[in-house]
Amino acid sequence: MYNSNFMEVSFKALSINEGFARICVAGFCVQLNPSIDEINDIKTAVSEAVTNCVVHAYPNQNGVIFLRCEIDGESIKIVVRDNGVGISDIDRAREPFFTTKPSEERSGMGFAVMESFMDKVEVEKNEKGGTTVTMYKQVSSALQVGNA
Amino acid sequence: MHIKSKVYNGTLYVVLCGELDEHSASHTRITLDDIFAGGDFSQIIIDLSELDFMDSTGIGVLIGRYKKMKTRNIPIFICNPSKHAEKIFKMTGLYEIMPKIV
Repeated sequence: MYNSNFMEVSFKALSINEGFARICVAGFCVQLNPSIDEINDIKTAVSEAVTNCVVHAYPNQNGVIFLRCEIDGESIKIVVRDNGVGISDIDRAREPFFTTKPSEERSGMGFAVMESFMDKVEVEKNEKGGTTVTMYKQVSSALQVGNA
Repeated sequence: MHIKSKVYNGTLYVVLCGELDEHSASHTRITLDDIFAGGDFSQIIIDLSELDFMDSTGIGVLIGRYKKMKTRNIPIFICNPSKHAEKIFKMTGLYEIMPKIV
C-alpha cells in the first residue's frame, strides 16, 4: 500500500506553541512507524524551525506560523512558513554559530541542527515577505507500515 | 522545566527535568543563575537524565552558564545526556567546554 497523506496547522508565534508543533508533527509521523531516534530528529528540527519564527521572524510575537507535513511513500516533508521580517542573508544565516542576537545567548546552531537531523533542508524567501523552511527525511521503517 | 539542586562534598549537583527550548529557556537561565549564585562548591555537575527534550536553544543556555562560571573558575560537567542530547552536544562541540562525566 502506498502512503500519501498530509496535515496543515497554523498557530500564533508564541514560544509556548513550540511544544505543540513538535507533538503535532510527531503524532502525524507515527503512521510511518518511525524509530524513536527518527522521531526525536524530526521533533528537534521542527522545534528549531518554529523557534526561528518565534524569535526572529516575529520579534513582537504578532504573527502566525504555518506548519504543513506531507507523507509520500517513505518520505516526510515538513514545511514551516512565516510572513515575518525575512532573512536578509540566508547563506550566512545557515552558517554554524552565526546569530544576529549574540547578546541573548543564542547558539546560532538552529539551521545546522536542522541540516544534521534531517536529510535535506531548503530555506527560501517568500514573495510577499517572510521565510519558508522545507525539510525532508526518509523514514527507514516506513515500508513495514505498507505491508501491515 | 523543573530544576533540582543539591550541594554535596563541594560539588553542586543540578538536575534538569522537562523540556529545554525557547519557551523554558528564560526560566532555566534565571533559576540556574540563582542556584549558581549561592552555596559553597568548587564544581558543578548538570544531570540530564530527566531532560525529555532539548534543542539548540539549550546549547545557548548552557554556554551562557559556562561563561558566567568561568569567571569564578568553577568548571561545569555534563552527565547522563540522552542519545538525542548527546548528538547535539557533539555537533556543537559543547563537550570541549563542559566535559561529559560518567
